[in-house]
Amino acid sequence: MQEYINLFVKSIFIDNMVFAFFLGMCSYLAVSKTVKTSLGLGVAVIFVLTITVPVNFLIQNYLLAPGALSWISPSLAGVDLNFLSFMMFIATIASMVQLVEMVVEKFSPALYNSLGIFLPLIAVNCAILGGSLFMQEREYPTVVHATVFGLGSGIGWAIAIIGIAAIREKMRYSNIPAPLRGLGISFILTGLMALAFMSFLGIKL
Amino acid sequence: MKTKERESLFSAKNRKLIINPLNADNPITVQVLGICSALAVTAKLKPAFVMALSVVVVTAFANLVISLIRNGIPPRIRIIVQLTVVATLVILVDQLLKAYVYDVSRQLSVFVGLIITNCILMGRLEAFAMANKPWPSFLDGIGNGLGYSWILIALGFVRELFGSGTLWGYPVLPQALYDLGYKNNGLIILPPMALILVGLIIWIQRSRTPSLIDKS
Repeated sequence: MQEYINLFVKSIFIDNMVFAFFLGMCSYLAVSKTVKTSLGLGVAVIFVLTITVPVNFLIQNYLLAPGALSWISPSLAGVDLNFLSFMMFIATIASMVQLVEMVVEKFSPALYNSLGIFLPLIAVNCAILGGSLFMQEREYPTVVHATVFGLGSGIGWAIAIIGIAAIREKMRYSNIPAPLRGLGISFILTGLMALAFMSFLGIKL
Repeated sequence: MKTKERESLFSAKNRKLIINPLNADNPITVQVLGICSALAVTAKLKPAFVMALSVVVVTAFANLVISLIRNGIPPRIRIIVQLTVVATLVILVDQLLKAYVYDVSRQLSVFVGLIITNCILMGRLEAFAMANKPWPSFLDGIGNGLGYSWILIALGFVRELFGSGTLWGYPVLPQALYDLGYKNNGLIILPPMALILVGLIIWIQRSRTPSLIDKS
């Protein structure tokens, strides 16, 4: 249990998707003008990451990794399909996003109306594919680890975008040099937030 | 027909496709595309250069391929088709990098794979390749790739020079400087400084080209 909590805290704060790896920066900068919309996108990202990372974990370990196919027949033990992983991951993500969109639309129209416009955006958000690729690179032992990692990374990303949106709402009242307005100051702010997040590096887990 | 095409191969309009993205229409600082990977690989010059080269190749050829088949793509599934083409190209690049520059490929880790979701690609495919002929699309891909590249290489240059005192892995700052008490700035290698440096590049660029300044 403690192992999972450690992984959870680590993926939210220490290995934060935005501040440590710059993943999902495009939508992070584009959708962070108000807290309300960034909250919607944040929730959608948590949702999709928590689903796609474990699914891709199963694909990686039962289909793609060297020798993973041996559960079908022992003669396939020498097959290594790792080079297909990009293709498989992105296909899984695109179809999962589509599926999630349809399920949410059917069962919770209210949620669909608030998340709806963000879901298609998410298929090409690098934080989602990044989550799966980190899962592959770090070789988590079980599917539970992968799920916890997906959930934690999603929450970390959501915290980041909600934080910058809150700051940007306040920034409207500040007198910023004209060329720095908008994009420039957002970059510098993100840099400062990332510096603050680096203080979590000291946590021993 | 053939000669007509050849005449316009590098016409003023086509040259613009390459030159515009370098400054006034830069994918990173103006269109805000492809930032994800731009920052993470620039702590050293060499991975930045390799990454830039990979992106130029993938953007150019993805634009070319999509433009060639643009009339045959059903609009409803175009995103999947685009992702498939891009993913195929990225797999090729990834395998080549692993074969020829294995150490750089290790350093770039997941970021080669992330070229697939690099917004420059989807952005240019949607905005340009779906509506233009193959040759201009190819040039547009090269132009946007180069616009991305120069930012990457500039960042890599500054961060490696001031962060580690080396360029391309070779020490360039003389030992005498260190004897005088000069120290490498460790902060520049850390992720936050990459963001702040891009912010500064945007500042400089917008103060030189006032038309880019945000109105709000």
